Amino acid sequence: MSIFVNKDTRVLVQGITGREGMFHTRQCVAYGTRVVAGVTPGKGGQKMDEVPVFDTVNAAVGKTGADCSLIFVPPAFAADAVMEAVDAGVSLVVTITEGIPVLDMMKVKNYMQGKPSRLIGPNCPGIITPGECKVGIMPGPIHKPGGAIGVVSRSGTLTYEVVHQLTREDIGQTTCIGIGGDPVGGTSFIDCLDAFEKDPATEGVVMVGEIGGSAEEDAAAFITQHVTKPVVGFIAGLTAPPGRRMGHAGAIISGKSGTAQSKITVMKQSGIHVCEDLGTLGKLCAEVFT
Amino acid sequence: MKIHEFQAKEIFQKYNVPVPTGGVAFTPEEARSIADRLGGYPVVVKAQIHAGGRGKGGGVKLAHSLEEVGTIAGSILGMTLITHQTGPEGRLVQKVLVEQGLNIQKELYLSIVPDRSTAKIVVMASEAGGMDIEEVAEHTPEKIIRVHIDPLAGIQPYHCREVAFGLNLPPAAMKMLTAMLGNLYRMFLETDASLVEINPLVLTAEETVVALDAKVNFDDNGLFRHKDLLEYRDLDEEDPLEIEASQYNLNYINLDGNVGNMVNGAGLAMATMDIIKRAGAEPANFLDVGGGASAEMVENGFRIILSDKNVKGILINIFGGILRCDVLAQGVVEAAKKTNIGVPVVVRMEGTNVEEGRRILAESGLQLITAVDLKDAAGKVAEIVNA
Repeated sequence: MSIFVNKDTRVLVQGITGREGMFHTRQCVAYGTRVVAGVTPGKGGQKMDEVPVFDTVNAAVGKTGADCSLIFVPPAFAADAVMEAVDAGVSLVVTITEGIPVLDMMKVKNYMQGKPSRLIGPNCPGIITPGECKVGIMPGPIHKPGGAIGVVSRSGTLTYEVVHQLTREDIGQTTCIGIGGDPVGGTSFIDCLDAFEKDPATEGVVMVGEIGGSAEEDAAAFITQHVTKPVVGFIAGLTAPPGRRMGHAGAIISGKSGTAQSKITVMKQSGIHVCEDLGTLGKLCAEVFT
Repeated sequence: MKIHEFQAKEIFQKYNVPVPTGGVAFTPEEARSIADRLGGYPVVVKAQIHAGGRGKGGGVKLAHSLEEVGTIAGSILGMTLITHQTGPEGRLVQKVLVEQGLNIQKELYLSIVPDRSTAKIVVMASEAGGMDIEEVAEHTPEKIIRVHIDPLAGIQPYHCREVAFGLNLPPAAMKMLTAMLGNLYRMFLETDASLVEINPLVLTAEETVVALDAKVNFDDNGLFRHKDLLEYRDLDEEDPLEIEASQYNLNYINLDGNVGNMVNGAGLAMATMDIIKRAGAEPANFLDVGGGASAEMVENGFRIILSDKNVKGILINIFGGILRCDVLAQGVVEAAKKTNIGVPVVVRMEGTNVEEGRRILAESGLQLITAVDLKDAAGKVAEIVNA
């Protein structure tokens, strides 16, 4: 079992003919993902390798039954692409694009209220169910299929580091999700924790957060109330100076809020096994999960 | 992107948000000639830097005569202003805003910010103006009015009424504030602002409402559609190395330590800084070369790290995903050929094409220290700088 994506997921790629879109579509296909369609306005009727390209998401969904979209559209057009996918009834929308204006994402998020689609990202590496389906830009081989641990993270390469350490400890993963580094995103830590809690195959969760906002604090409160499975946590940015945007648009300490130390304190109080030394995260997981 | 108070007030005026009459001056003479055109004394002289707490630091002063304007402007211009936001090194003041003094009846607070957790736009207002709003929020949260606005529906009259009644304004001023709030909200949307803050917003003795201060930040991700706002960027307020890095699309932040580091991905870069500290050393910078970095970007990153004379050792930590290890290795070799790397470099690589990357580094003839994992890498670099 897994959450959100599996071997039956039918993926369409928005922006499939761009440099990034093409490269990562090939990587996903090579991993075994069922990429059934691509969308690039004006290039309908063409093919990207074996994948048929359509002008609109609606047409792509109608012809191929795609139920998941992977978005590589540039920032200026990304909000439009997400809403197009939502309106076409795509149930999972994974947005890799970095640099979307916050106001655009606020509109998208409010627009999605009450609609059945789920958004992952933006500014994220995507989602992978090892051995079954990769919808994103993460390196496939570092993951270990058939495991029992879920991973959820606000980061990209930091997630790879964490997954790599798990795999090295022989700890496989059910599903790994990057929820993205922007201040306003779709799926939250809480959504993923809830899904992992309900997934019978998942026996524990690794949650990787960073400075800025209060998503980790909110997740900690949720864990106290609703999560029975063990959770290992990590927070990046203990040494980050206040008021500076640390690469990710959402990674900024504003005044006294959003510091790593305050997040770590709250997470510990809610029973999360907080790892304070990234170099030993894999070992801590081996102790907690086995 | 941050801008100065006088620039924020320029934008306010475009949106019919009342501000005191005044102008910006670079010399005491200019300050005097601006003051002379205003309608009498007192006149306020305000240092223009990108940091709060200017008043407490001695950067805002009242002048009661033309002579005094000149003396005060002369003392503020060229001073190194230290506030709680500038750090101990302070900031050199190169311009002052000279403004008409007002008859203040009451100081209020007003701001518009995006709320990341609800994805709504929030208007915050308080009768406790002129104070640090975070202090107010912590000790007397009941004194802050919060109104959440759905960005799809936009601001409604009842939102404005809620703020105006909450501030206990006299009727004439209430009407003025309602109009002002509508205009500020429009400005917030049209400029992709990430903060519009007026502290204090004053109720004058004449019962008008005027923005005595103005702080506006813009969402960097929105700047591509506001080329006009880019003119407000003040390079004097930024670190020279950070300016250079931004030209190469590198995410670089200069810090106080002596371990330079280069990492791909913001989260991993922060975690790498943390682990350097944990190993007993201090990071000299934050540098995220990004997911799709080229050999050229890596080379520029190297040069920028080395321009910081405090750097005594460098840690390169790359988890190859989109950025392949062989591309990184190529960049390191190129950089080493062109620049004289006078400090030890510890390299830790993992991920896509790692074998090829390691081979390139091994055959380059460079004196590099390789690490087996992150913990090993941090330990090695800390040992070098602490030796």
